[in-house]
Amino acid sequence: MAVVEQTRNDRDFRREPPPAMNPRELARWAWRQLTSMRTALILLFLLALAAIPGSVIPQEAVDSVRASQWKDAHPSLTPIYEKLGLFSVYDSVWFSAIYLLLMVSLVGCIVPRTLVYWRGVRARPPAAPRHLDRLPQHRLLEIDEQPDEVLERARAALRRRRYRLEPGSGELAAERGYLREAGNLVFHLSVLVVLVGFGIGSIFGFKGGVIVVTGDSFANTLSQYDDFRAGAAFDPAQLDPFELTVNSFDVTFIREGREAGMAHQFAADLTVRPSPGAAPLHRSISVNHPVSVHGTDVFLLSHGYAPHITVRNADGSVAFSGPVVFLPEDSTFRSFGVVKVPDARQRGGSAQLGLEGEFYPTYAFTSATGPFSAFPDDKNPAISMLVYRGDLGLDNGVPQSVYGLQKKNLRPVLKADGKPERIDLARGHTATLPDGLGSVTFDGVSRYVKLQVSHTPGQRIALLGVVLALLGLLASLFIRPRRVWVRTRREGGRTLVEVAGLDRSAGGDLTGEVDALAAELGSRPVVPPTSSSPPTPGETS
Amino acid sequence: MTHDQFEVLSNQAVAACAVAYFLAVLAHLAQWASGRQVPVSSPAAVPVSVGAGAVDARPVDAGAADDHPLAGSGAPVVAEESERMQLFGRIGVSLTVVAALVHLVAIVSRGLAADPVRVPWGNMYEFTLTGTWVVAAGYLLLYRRFSLSWLSPVVTGFVLITLMVDVLLLYTPVVPLRDALQSPWLVIHVVAAIIATGAFTLGGMSSALFLVKQRWVERHGAGGTGYLARLPEVAVLDRMAYRAHAFAFPIWTFAALIAGPIWAHNAWGRYWGWDPKEVWAFITWVVYAAYLHARATAGWKGRQAAVVALVGLATLWFNFVGINFFFGSGSQHSYAAPAPVGVVRTLSG
Repeated sequence: MAVVEQTRNDRDFRREPPPAMNPRELARWAWRQLTSMRTALILLFLLALAAIPGSVIPQEAVDSVRASQWKDAHPSLTPIYEKLGLFSVYDSVWFSAIYLLLMVSLVGCIVPRTLVYWRGVRARPPAAPRHLDRLPQHRLLEIDEQPDEVLERARAALRRRRYRLEPGSGELAAERGYLREAGNLVFHLSVLVVLVGFGIGSIFGFKGGVIVVTGDSFANTLSQYDDFRAGAAFDPAQLDPFELTVNSFDVTFIREGREAGMAHQFAADLTVRPSPGAAPLHRSISVNHPVSVHGTDVFLLSHGYAPHITVRNADGSVAFSGPVVFLPEDSTFRSFGVVKVPDARQRGGSAQLGLEGEFYPTYAFTSATGPFSAFPDDKNPAISMLVYRGDLGLDNGVPQSVYGLQKKNLRPVLKADGKPERIDLARGHTATLPDGLGSVTFDGVSRYVKLQVSHTPGQRIALLGVVLALLGLLASLFIRPRRVWVRTRREGGRTLVEVAGLDRSAGGDLTGEVDALAAELGSRPVVPPTSSSPPTPGETS
Repeated sequence: MTHDQFEVLSNQAVAACAVAYFLAVLAHLAQWASGRQVPVSSPAAVPVSVGAGAVDARPVDAGAADDHPLAGSGAPVVAEESERMQLFGRIGVSLTVVAALVHLVAIVSRGLAADPVRVPWGNMYEFTLTGTWVVAAGYLLLYRRFSLSWLSPVVTGFVLITLMVDVLLLYTPVVPLRDALQSPWLVIHVVAAIIATGAFTLGGMSSALFLVKQRWVERHGAGGTGYLARLPEVAVLDRMAYRAHAFAFPIWTFAALIAGPIWAHNAWGRYWGWDPKEVWAFITWVVYAAYLHARATAGWKGRQAAVVALVGLATLWFNFVGINFFFGSGSQHSYAAPAPVGVVRTLSG
């Protein structure tokens, strides 16, 4: 009501009230606002601003481990941040809204301009303005030859410079640089192509990680992945049924100098079976050299150690045996891992056992530092682990990490003196556990590789789009749209020739071109060059 | 020479070129100081030739400094320089040439110092070392064509200070390239990024001087004495800034949005992963795209566009230095940490 009142008051007191917009006009007005350059600029700034939080707050899609660590460390902020979508900024409603509005604005600007360009691309150069001397570049020459000869020479010179020509009576209009606007349009349309390619990848693609111990195999099915992230429209049945075996993994560590301990080269040797029944292929995989199977790419991301550990019951029967993946904690590959033995038996009953501790590829000890790894290569491997007994919590149906023990219902196994039992084992050694819990043997070490398997459809589209965008950008920045006019008139037995030019780009400067043309047409200029640069009409959108 | 000797040579060359840059700064300060009393004469007195067969230009009425012709491709309004100014200017430029050559020796021997020999773009120190060289070399290359004597104190001062910061804060001993960096894309991606950074920096200097000059003209009008009076008029500064940015923007597009993603695909298994470095490269790209648009939009031309360009430069530098300091462990681009890891967590050594 207040608004109506206001309008009535206006009508009473002002002579000309603004006419009320009907819905159609309102829509047109809104569309014009949205597709205006000013709005596009503001949306660009918003896009830049909105991208910042994603670089500050750990993103689920980028590094889920860091994201969950951050959430654990900030319990009060987490719910707020989650509501705001700050852990997945680039999928969030507000980020999507900004770039979608920007794209709408872009389309609304580009489509009409494309139509205009389509009509204008065949246009002839416009006829010479009446007052050529008002143009930013203007020269006046006096020449003995006849006007026709001068114009013919001008025509040849301008054609050589690839101008489009439009002869008139006693004058010549020339224009070049039509492709500038084409480049501009291609650039903006290519941004849409990139977005489509990127979108296809995130909707239909997947990315999974798997750790494979050397000698083991991996079959490309969902259940084999350690972590798996797929787009909304991804169907697990689409996983390509290939299989690969990691035959060996070679790594060279630099042994001396200040860079000692750095892994210099690492590569894994794979046997790949592209589909069941197909002939196996041998492939080498290393960082920067992925292996591709039917459009699914396999990447080597990192590596580590998997000590072989055997746990025996007191009667000598094997309760657990095999390689256990330990996660590296620093550049010396001191690694952390756990062994879960749900089937351990104590004399007189069952007792689940858990081992938790560290692996040192080159074990060293000082009383100051305690045990540490002196070198990342497995020169003197050893494990040092604490033993727990009780309930591992594997039966309650709640999934738990294979890299950690749930200690709620576990208690440490104690030595006779009441201190926790720590087993320190070199390769090939066995430790006997107290209380008739059996023994633990450290059999040896394998290496493992962490592979990433991913399929990103649309990446060729995205690449094509960005390359096209670059080409369009180059055209729109460096093709100079220029107009040149030559006008002749006979005066006092001589030919007066006017040469004038207009550079229609931002930051263009036509002095050299007009000078060269004037010099080519010949002889003496009677007017000094005027080259004041009024604000040049710039490119838009 | 052994690798170790090359490393010593590189460090000494950095020190030597810093001294030369310092002397160049002094020379340029002396140049502008000695010109302090020389008024900026009417630029119209400069005869402008018209190419072949030109006759002497008719003198245009002096005093109309506003709509006065700009000679050639953006020559400054500055007309007469005293002989002392010219002398100091020449000394400064010569010293800068010497400094840039020694600077180049520092970069090359840095690469030769590694065993095996490698390109000298493995860490922040080397990146900054090369980036400052691109700024100096770009300035020297364009010096004549665009009459850049007004830019001399800014460029030499900038290069000197940045080199000092580089040596004091970012210095790292020579080590071989990490596995992920051993790729031809290192050369392509990083060289493009360095060139774009150097050109954006030169453009940013012009934009900053544009803002200063514009303010100065508003307060004092044209003419007068001193460095600011001798700066080219705002239109020339604006055009210089635009040219540098227009050169750098496609190169940046190539470095950040083509070469980077292709390499990231090979090394990390995804072409775009919203890594902090990628996010900020994208932000820089968006801001400079906004600059190019702003320059062509009514109400944004001039001052606003120049401010946008400086914001872009800030995001660019923040990306190169800030990301590695503040987000070190979170970015796959942090060259202090071992190979990129997902589940496998490693700490920087």
